[in-house]
Amino acid sequence: MKTLAVTKFVFAGLVVVFLLGPLIAVLPLSFTDSVFLNYPIPGYSTRWFRELIQAESWRLSIVNSLIIGSGTTALATLLGTLAGLGLRGTRSSPLFAAMRTLFLLPMVVPAVVLGVGMQLMFARYELINTYLGVIVAHTVVAVPFVLVNVSSALQGVDARLEHAAASLGASPRTVLLSVTLPIALPGIISGALFAFATSLDEVVLTLFVAGPNQRTLARQMFASIRENISPAIVAAAAVFIVGTIVLALCVQAIRHRLSWR
Amino acid sequence: MRRPYVVQRLRSLLLLAPLLAFMLLFFVVPLVTMMTSAVSDPVATNALPRTARALAHWDRAALPVAPQEAAFVADIRALTNDEQFGDLVRRLNSAQSGFRSLLGKTRRALAASGSDVELAAIDPRWSEISYWATVADAVASSWTDKNLLAAVDLERNAAGDVAAMPEGASANRLILVRTFVTAAIVTIACIAIGLPFAMVAASVQGWRRQLLLGAVLLPLWTSLLVRTAAWYIVLQDNGLINATLKSLGIISGPIPLMFNRLGVVIAMTHVLLPFMVLPIFSVLIAIPRNLMPAAASLGAHPLSAFLHVLLPLSMRGVVSGSLLVFMAALGYYITPALIGGANDQMISSVIAYYATAAANWSMAGALGLVLLAMTMLLYAVYIRLASDEAQPA
Repeated sequence: MKTLAVTKFVFAGLVVVFLLGPLIAVLPLSFTDSVFLNYPIPGYSTRWFRELIQAESWRLSIVNSLIIGSGTTALATLLGTLAGLGLRGTRSSPLFAAMRTLFLLPMVVPAVVLGVGMQLMFARYELINTYLGVIVAHTVVAVPFVLVNVSSALQGVDARLEHAAASLGASPRTVLLSVTLPIALPGIISGALFAFATSLDEVVLTLFVAGPNQRTLARQMFASIRENISPAIVAAAAVFIVGTIVLALCVQAIRHRLSWR
Repeated sequence: MRRPYVVQRLRSLLLLAPLLAFMLLFFVVPLVTMMTSAVSDPVATNALPRTARALAHWDRAALPVAPQEAAFVADIRALTNDEQFGDLVRRLNSAQSGFRSLLGKTRRALAASGSDVELAAIDPRWSEISYWATVADAVASSWTDKNLLAAVDLERNAAGDVAAMPEGASANRLILVRTFVTAAIVTIACIAIGLPFAMVAASVQGWRRQLLLGAVLLPLWTSLLVRTAAWYIVLQDNGLINATLKSLGIISGPIPLMFNRLGVVIAMTHVLLPFMVLPIFSVLIAIPRNLMPAAASLGAHPLSAFLHVLLPLSMRGVVSGSLLVFMAALGYYITPALIGGANDQMISSVIAYYATAAANWSMAGALGLVLLAMTMLLYAVYIRLASDEAQPA
């Protein structure tokens, strides 16, 4: 039994190293002062983080990612929350079930397939190479995450609270704004964070519908891995990882609050 | 009871309307556009409308008669848009080579001359039936199965029957097989690592479980590009693995880990492993904890208890995890594009190549249709399994 337990933990440890190792191993390289991505690091500096802010291509891509990410978050959260409210309590109806499946489908359809279709269609309606076009494309793939989060948050809203408010004379509008939405708020916020994260990481659709002026951070990273990899990409990755951990902690905190209620 | 129900449903529909409209417009329409581009072939019919009508009943046994030729001349003269003319040249030249020079010459001659011209006098090729037959084929229909057939290396031969393309003419079938094989290897690797890992995670408690699950969730949360960049740096010739092995004296020169299948499989397994671990884990923690002790108390050897109790019970998680991983792996683009070499490109890369580099949207659409159909089929199976789980028999 002893050897089994040891094998078990050695195996689990190796898998943890496989999962986390590459991410942790490359991070120190973002502080290198050389142009090569090799160990041992000859000297430490923050030149690559400065490069991110100062180089035109990186700075522009960060600004673009923030613009497109905010636009996507706003649009996806609005559409997803309305739809989440609309789908509430409709599980039994085949019509609503079909709509729900349709709304979740962008998670499954290969991005390249959707990208080709969007490129063709957006070119026809002059949406190609525009910020609006990229925001719309990102929203299509971000909405499912908002919908899933909002739906599960709404499931946690006790209908008796709403009935109680209504029986005390609250109008449907007041019930929605003062009872339902505040209780579902953590789900909406975590959906919004998911939408932002999705937009930040989106590459394939961006490749198809964005022009050089809408180059996002993810797109810029893709290009620089492909063309000339430099420690700037690890610096960008470090920003991404730290940002991700912050976002993940936010979602966990919100989830925690949600389940605690 | 009836009225509030109707009111509630109307309210639901009203709330759903914005997203429904948005998704129809920007999700369904693009997919339909892509599928239409795969099967439509409107270039020739749009450019040569008079010819289309005139040649509709041509028997192809003899050369077209004067009015038919006049219709073609009128169409070419009416084609003042250079872009449209270029499209027509490409369309006809792809069906029969020689049209590029033939049409260019004909157009110049028609522009220079007056009303009455003999096409055969401009170029003797116009007295060959084969060139006219190509024009007649092109204008006959604005729909085609050419691209769909080409997506699986088939074509229509001279008699119009479906036949295999000549050896070496197209690599699409090879790439489809490669896509399937790579996705299958990644799925098997995910099972081999994910199943035991999920079992270990389910068997421990407290911080150990938190750590194991966190190790799965953190990569899931990390940008795909960051993870791919990390593997790029770790796997390169002077990267972390090669440098370590070299300094330990195990190897003298770098072993190629990147721009080959091995690198693609490693990086894709890393990306997709969480999709295998999480479904298996959720199935495992639902198994009553006293099941294994019960088997042991009834005299089962631990190995036999494992084989006959735990393994069959975890199979449901393995199946849904495998479907998820395989489905995602089929359509993968970024990782093979960055980590793989020229011989590791999967169907998505070929679609992207046709759409962006070659500007051949019909072929991109046809291959996209093939990939979409495969993915939807797998998704339908997955949904079916998931709903079976929701309502146990």
